Amino acid sequence: MKKLLLGNAAVARGLYEVGVRFVSAYPGTPSTEITEQAALYDELYAEWAPNEKVALESAIGASLAGARSFCAMKHVGLNVAADPLFTASYTGVNAGLVIAVADDPGMHSSQNEQDSRHYAVAAKVPMLEPSDSAECLEFVKAAYALSEEYDTPVLLRTCTRVAHSQSMVELSDRVEPPLKDYVKNPPKYVAAPANAVRRHVAVEDRTLKLQALAETTGLNRVEKGDGKLGFVTSGTAYLYVKEVFPEASVLKLGLVNPLPVETIRAFSETVERLIVVEELDGVIESHLRSHGIRVDGGKDLFGLLGELSQSKLKKAMGVALPESVAFDEPVPGRPPVMCPGCPHRGLFTVLSKLKLTVLGDIGCYTLGSAAPLTAIDSVVCMGASIGMTHGFTKVRPEAAKSTVAVIGDSTFMHSGITGLVNVAYNQGVSTVLILDNAITGMTGHQQNPTTGMTLKQQPTVAIRIEDVCHAVGFGRVRVVDPQDMQAVETALKEELAADEPSAIIVRRPCMLLKYVKPNPPLSVDPEKCKGCKSCMKIGCPAISFADKKASVDATICVGCGLCEQMCKFGAFEKKEG
Amino acid sequence: MNTTSIMIVGVGGQGTLLASKLLGNVLLKQGYDVKLSEVHGMSQRGGSVVTYVRYGEKVYSPVVDLGEADVILSFELLESARWIGYLKKGGRLITNTHQTPPMPVITGAATYPENIAEKLSAKAEVIALDALPLAEQAGSAKAVNVVLIGVLSKLMPFPEEVWLQAIEETVPPKFLEMNQKAFQLGRNCR
Repeated sequence: MKKLLLGNAAVARGLYEVGVRFVSAYPGTPSTEITEQAALYDELYAEWAPNEKVALESAIGASLAGARSFCAMKHVGLNVAADPLFTASYTGVNAGLVIAVADDPGMHSSQNEQDSRHYAVAAKVPMLEPSDSAECLEFVKAAYALSEEYDTPVLLRTCTRVAHSQSMVELSDRVEPPLKDYVKNPPKYVAAPANAVRRHVAVEDRTLKLQALAETTGLNRVEKGDGKLGFVTSGTAYLYVKEVFPEASVLKLGLVNPLPVETIRAFSETVERLIVVEELDGVIESHLRSHGIRVDGGKDLFGLLGELSQSKLKKAMGVALPESVAFDEPVPGRPPVMCPGCPHRGLFTVLSKLKLTVLGDIGCYTLGSAAPLTAIDSVVCMGASIGMTHGFTKVRPEAAKSTVAVIGDSTFMHSGITGLVNVAYNQGVSTVLILDNAITGMTGHQQNPTTGMTLKQQPTVAIRIEDVCHAVGFGRVRVVDPQDMQAVETALKEELAADEPSAIIVRRPCMLLKYVKPNPPLSVDPEKCKGCKSCMKIGCPAISFADKKASVDATICVGCGLCEQMCKFGAFEKKEG
Repeated sequence: MNTTSIMIVGVGGQGTLLASKLLGNVLLKQGYDVKLSEVHGMSQRGGSVVTYVRYGEKVYSPVVDLGEADVILSFELLESARWIGYLKKGGRLITNTHQTPPMPVITGAATYPENIAEKLSAKAEVIALDALPLAEQAGSAKAVNVVLIGVLSKLMPFPEEVWLQAIEETVPPKFLEMNQKAFQLGRNCR
């Protein structure tokens, strides 16, 4: 049966068909739907882990126990999971272990555009890179075969355009390999120095075998063209090459680590110009150059930044772009914004008003950095807000009265707790705001350890954030509703004044949750509106300003009433239901 | 046949993803190779969003690039101005005339250009309509996406039944009647 599937859904289908039993992941765009789709198959156990490290460790355990196992993450998630990855490369696997990592060239929804292929090289594990949904499914199966034959974790690299594109996929039935026997084998599985010394030999030996495989595997293929231009490429870059240069010779790599050096050398001899087209870094190109293979064009043509595309290829290769139409005036940008009724808006309005130094974190609330709120001073990575606040206030003790960490519920569970432990243990005085909106928001509403529900929508224990704060040694813990801006301001002033660590749990569910019902939209009484623009400070997309008066877009207003709190003249009116 | 490229552009939250799903379903029923490319995550939070839909005998790239779109279906006027460079010479723009000011306009840092539809009409074939009253007539402001799909359907060489069947397979049963009505209002608007 043929079906149109999202790349991520095709990966999940591959997991189902190849008999995977165990899936663990932390959500991250553009990888999230793999796990959500996997959870829809009853035959697969699937869970949200608190972070990628725990997810991978759990998958390593399940593989050791004899089950085909899987975890998924976005590119920066692999930084978190890098520790277990590098040593799992040494221990190898029992049943197959595959890790999907989704890069985000162009940073549609990420804080950097690192290239995950470096991890495959550094951890010395094979990496497969599909170009479309059909290959997502096919390569998942190939990855498990490789993992078990070569006793290694295998990385499956996708990117936004593969993960979030839909294309045709041929479906088949699930195979159900039995659990492999678990046999105790400390020299292989205990990564202590004496064992690891020997395992490193096994890793290098495996790499040689994989290099030999790379030269013969059907995952790499030559598509013979006219021989004038020869492209070495993989992933989405292959699609752009085929689109723009249908006549050219192409060596398409499905196995991107290790590379088939001799196959590429032979290919280079059949073409007049050898061009390497790869998204982000010049990983293939550098490797070829280090092996003395002639490269006639690569990063010098395409650069290191952002996504590739048909037009980028055309420009780099001197092909004329098609004629198009232009709009001659400047078009204002449309950056993402907090939704109408977003519970984060009230908090950030107060933070902005008090002009605090705000060390932020990763989530919807990162939008608190945008105009007009511009409340955030720095954002680095998941969980960084708390550690950064600690360091910032240790060297500038006077700043402790005006500095806060801001972190969401899911990010707090991911890697905020250890930061909190550090503050308490090292007698910091940080004020930590934990924004509990009852869901993992930015990635599209995933459950997390604070929500009381599992990925499979089963009720479970809900970890209480206030209990965690108390347990690590925070004496001052309080809860406020961000809808009440006066209460938020009072809480902030009191906790910032305290000479000890404090946590403020800022709690209100995300407006987009199904059970949160909107209020009737507000409207502006033009007689009462003095045009002072106080309401414009909250950055609500439902409020605009025309003819020196505020007005509310009733199609998107959810009646949260923050604008009403901002207005000194009572100009906002609630419509009667 | 050559590959045909359609772009669906709008503001995060306007239901562009459902529209592309519907269109993909129709194209699949016609036996084409189809690729759809979407963007999820941060840009969906009220940002500028774009979905690419490409079909033909064999489609490689999932994205549409400058000067390549046969049709742009735009849910918001400013987004039409933003993406018009992607329209092929001789291509067609279907645009909703509804305006959703972006944050830089709301804060006064930028101005929303005037008379976008008229200016674009001078350069390309433009079908401009206010889909909101039609959606409200169908029963919900949220049905703007299906109204616009109705307008698009008139430009494409596929029978009406295929569209209706795709709607039936794509929208939840309790909203089916409303969406059928929205589709008809769009399809018969000119």
